Amino acid sequence: MSYAGDVAALLRKDLLLELRAKETIPAMAIFVLAALTIFHFALPSGSSDLAADGLLWIAILFTALLGLSRAFVAEREQGVLDGLVMSPCDRSAIWLAKSLSALTFLVLVEAIALPAFSVFFAPVSMTTVAAVALADVGLCTVGTLLAAMAVASRTRELLLPLLFLPLALPIVVGGVGASVTANGGRYLGFLLVYDLVFAIICWASFEYVVAE
Amino acid sequence: MIHAHGLSRRFGRKRVLDGVDLDLPDTGFLLVTGPNGSGKTTLLRLCAGLLVPTGGSLEIAADRGEIGFLGHDPLVYRGLTALENLELYGRLYRVPERRERSGMLLERFGLWEVRNDRVASYSRGMMQRLSLCRALLHEPRLLLLDEPFNALDTAGAELLQRELAERRGATVVATHDPDRVSRLATARLAFA
Amino acid sequence: MAAAIALVAFYAPEDANQGLSQKIFYFHVPIALTAYACFGWGAWKALRYLWRREEHYDLESYVAIHLGVIFGAMTLLTGSIWAKISWGVWWTWSSNQLVLFLVLFLFYSTYFMLRFSVEDGPMRANLSAVYALFGVVLIPISFLAIRLANDFIHPTVFTSAGPQMSGAMFATFCVCLAAMLALAASFYGIELAGKRLDARLRELRELLSS
Repeated sequence: MSYAGDVAALLRKDLLLELRAKETIPAMAIFVLAALTIFHFALPSGSSDLAADGLLWIAILFTALLGLSRAFVAEREQGVLDGLVMSPCDRSAIWLAKSLSALTFLVLVEAIALPAFSVFFAPVSMTTVAAVALADVGLCTVGTLLAAMAVASRTRELLLPLLFLPLALPIVVGGVGASVTANGGRYLGFLLVYDLVFAIICWASFEYVVAE
Repeated sequence: MIHAHGLSRRFGRKRVLDGVDLDLPDTGFLLVTGPNGSGKTTLLRLCAGLLVPTGGSLEIAADRGEIGFLGHDPLVYRGLTALENLELYGRLYRVPERRERSGMLLERFGLWEVRNDRVASYSRGMMQRLSLCRALLHEPRLLLLDEPFNALDTAGAELLQRELAERRGATVVATHDPDRVSRLATARLAFA
Repeated sequence: MAAAIALVAFYAPEDANQGLSQKIFYFHVPIALTAYACFGWGAWKALRYLWRREEHYDLESYVAIHLGVIFGAMTLLTGSIWAKISWGVWWTWSSNQLVLFLVLFLFYSTYFMLRFSVEDGPMRANLSAVYALFGVVLIPISFLAIRLANDFIHPTVFTSAGPQMSGAMFATFCVCLAAMLALAASFYGIELAGKRLDARLRELRELLSS
């Protein structure tokens, strides 16, 4: 099926570019470790483990934001986005491929961040890991579309966090809830709903974000 | 191939194109001239589908996959090689036998030797040639070239001229150096 | 429009005997509902724009959302006043409605940031429309999130004598709601007409100068 082929080709391109440049993933990894370190100093003694759990989600949120701000940089610099948009491939395929590449970067960085968190603060439960996985999907699908919006504006780097944070709020609620409460399953369900709803709306509307 | 009537485009408050009428047959060659900022690029971007008109009408008798475009940006990934770039575009444009076709074009435009080097290492002239390969890869029925001779050296310019002379299909070239393709033009449009 | 304002002013004294906090309620909730209506209307117009690509839908969507933000700010303000009167604090996280409005206020304020940072044209209209649609989807999802979050946020729960609406109170409430919606509709009409006039003037000025 040529749609899947397009997505695969575009995803491969993004991974290949990152493999050669080695810019985004190391930066995200260092960022998240630095953030966790700062959190240690931001938690006065007597703070519960739960507070640290909450901060994990802040770290993930802003690391994702860092990665997303780089999402369309290659396309923007050489005007390549025009090239992709002009081609007969479905515009939503561009979104899907870019979301998957952002997801890949985020997951790779979390493979470092979560163990680090376990060592710095407290062990991470399976529910938390599941929540992180679901949250990543939501962050990357919505974030990719918003990153494309920001590319079209004059104030790019300034605009993306503004666009992103209100939409990421439900994800943080879902994630923290899953990590912190006894009945985490409900929050996982909520994250799933978020992912499905927003994935559909992103898939359908990406066309309008990159083409006039 | 192209039928425009009263075509207008504004950017914010500024009106860049105002009431352009245009009729280009399927094998026509349109030469668009005019100083910088006069609207040539906007017209080409409209024909390519990158912009939509804000007034008037524009009909293009070609799908997205049948249009080739060369703009001010090279539209190639600097981190990939020439061959990888053409491979990607060939895939997106569903070019049959894309590997052979890429190779053939690279050779024709003198880039065969550097096909496996990353585009970041190319000179501006080489990048422009690669961009041309990209535009021609899928044998477009409508070819849109915006200032193609700008970054090309003499050899490259000759290659392009030959390519244009041999071409079957509609072509639009915007340039402020019209002598190179004057003979080929079947229609002209001059912007003030 | 004048009738709407008169209606609102007329009915307000009717429940003065219930106490000031109740009186605010008759403003606060209709204002909130009107804000929702504005956002919904804006999203509808945005959808129409993406479907038909006619410029006027973009303007209508923008005006609706603009109005929605104003009413949203009023919701936060009246909500804050209500909280002060009822419980002595300017803000409380326990009111799901209030928190939701804070999130929406932030979201739709960014709508304007987006609009101001993109040049006027088809792309700006596209982006605004998509964002407006995201907003309307965010409303229920955020509400759910805030509801769920109450489990682990442990807000100080203020017991409020939630309005048990008797027949007369309900009628008053409905009238206030209708009045507020009528007010919003008239503002919408006025602002839209004003913007259209601006656009027309600009067109004429351009024609004259060329």
